[in-house]
Amino acid sequence: MNSSFKIRQMRIAYLFLLPAIIIFLLGLVVPLINTFELSFNRLSMGSRWSDRDYVGLQNYERMVEDDHVRSSVGVTLRFAAIVLVAELVIGMGLALLLEKPIKGAAVFRTIFILPLMVSPVAVGLIWRYLLDGRIGLVNHYLGLVGIPAQTWLGNPDLAFFSIVITDIWQWTPFIFIILLAGLQALPSEVLEASRIDGANWWQMTFLIKVPMLRSILLVTVLMRLIDVFRALEVIFIMTFGGPGRSTQVMSLHIYKTAFTSQTLGYASTIAVVLMFIMLVLSLFLLLFSNPLKERADF
Amino acid sequence: MNSIKAVNRSTVLQYAVLIVLALIALGPIIVMFITSFKTQVDIMSSESMWVFQPTFDNYTHVFENKFDLFLRNSIIVSLASTVLSLLVAGMAAYALSRLEFPGRSPIAYFTLIIRMVPPAVLAIPIFILWLNWELFLFDLIDATPFLYEMENPDPYLFAEGLVDGRIGLTLFYTALNLPFAIWLLIGFLRQIPTEIEEAAIVDGCSQWQVFTRIIFPLMRPGLAVAAIFTFRISWNEFLLALVLTDRNTRTLPVGITLFLTEQGVQWGRIMAMGTLIVIPPLVLTFVAARQIIAGMTAGAVKG
Repeated sequence: MNSSFKIRQMRIAYLFLLPAIIIFLLGLVVPLINTFELSFNRLSMGSRWSDRDYVGLQNYERMVEDDHVRSSVGVTLRFAAIVLVAELVIGMGLALLLEKPIKGAAVFRTIFILPLMVSPVAVGLIWRYLLDGRIGLVNHYLGLVGIPAQTWLGNPDLAFFSIVITDIWQWTPFIFIILLAGLQALPSEVLEASRIDGANWWQMTFLIKVPMLRSILLVTVLMRLIDVFRALEVIFIMTFGGPGRSTQVMSLHIYKTAFTSQTLGYASTIAVVLMFIMLVLSLFLLLFSNPLKERADF
Repeated sequence: MNSIKAVNRSTVLQYAVLIVLALIALGPIIVMFITSFKTQVDIMSSESMWVFQPTFDNYTHVFENKFDLFLRNSIIVSLASTVLSLLVAGMAAYALSRLEFPGRSPIAYFTLIIRMVPPAVLAIPIFILWLNWELFLFDLIDATPFLYEMENPDPYLFAEGLVDGRIGLTLFYTALNLPFAIWLLIGFLRQIPTEIEEAAIVDGCSQWQVFTRIIFPLMRPGLAVAAIFTFRISWNEFLLALVLTDRNTRTLPVGITLFLTEQGVQWGRIMAMGTLIVIPPLVLTFVAARQIIAGMTAGAVKG
């Protein structure tokens, strides 16, 4: 009786999972296996899957010596490091400054998440317009305070700076809102006790609050890092990786290798490396923030 | 007395900072909105930043240039993938959180890890798969004499329907959105007591009835949050849509980039289309900001 009930429940469970499994297989697993297989092959644009040429490790050997790949990894890491530090410092500072609950906080929070909700393509277009060398508002207002017009997206250093500013505009609110929620969820007894013990503002902030937010900070950094490696739309629209390769992040490099240079096999090889990086980051994230961990039976 | 003054001063300061931040967050979006009502001449002249004669020309032009087609494609793909995601994720979350079966834990972990696939990585195999799916169908028709000779219904037309980029986008967006939706719904299901289901089973309900009549309605708040995130991602997605769609199946984010390649960028038209693309997510934000923030912070802040 009992075992037949268990078997019946098992069958029902698999039936309930079947649609999800089919969609995962068709939509993610098969494509990813194809990518992996393709990374050992040569395939040009428009060819049939059966026309691929097996080339062994050639793609991987080529990648190790490829300056473009190296530079795209460098750009991605530099971009990630700069935006993460800037967003964490600004976001943390603002969260500490605005920690006290006040009336109308919900309205402001609603406004702050708008940059996150707007389509990345629109974000790219807005900032491309704002930073336009001739008609951009940024040059217009800088001109009013005597700073000469810059070709923001036409100069390698300024273009990199421009995508950094855009990312900070879009993502600092995310970090701010998470840290604010974290600060407001800190146990009040601890804060009360330290206040009674005579801790001043600096001690409260840097010896008590920030250390207590450690795990939230770590998870936020990992989530943003994963986003930085995934996203390419804003850069695609603003600079398309240029001028030169100054803003060509890994994702964009993979896209261009596949669809501009039309070397799908080689692009897959770089994609495999990116997937590997994502996997490592995801496992770390899972280690520190596991939504299943609260259940004893997983 | 002194401390009240100090409190007031810090509150004023807090509001001042918040207002400045709100202006920074909103500013670029407002600029887009305003620019969409400017003529190209007004945009090019640097004198009239805020004072100009508003015009609807940009919107008219955008609508005359297939905006309605792109809009329809975007709505179809976003709604289809949202509905499909919710249904499939609801069922999966129910199985993963309520039923006992071997392989439950690996499946749950797999869904958590696969969330991170970058669109650029997915774009390559998806492009190849879709091309080969088309070639396969046409080969199949060519190789089958009675299909090949058929005119009514035209098998080629039917095959073209099956390789419609919108079908592909719906499938891939659902696959990309499922992990987050499942994971979010498991969290919601955990808060629903199991007694009701147990009583229903005792009363003779089947597992499927329990799911459709009891669980699904109880999950509604969770489904709403999942729907917002799924819709937003499908609505905004650019890269896979760029790779998979053609002239007739383009979605809005891809359609807008067409205005970039025209000689001399028509900023007014781009901003008009940008404004129209941004409206649904903005409305969602104003309607459900609390749920969105809850969903966003769920991964990092517990409780």
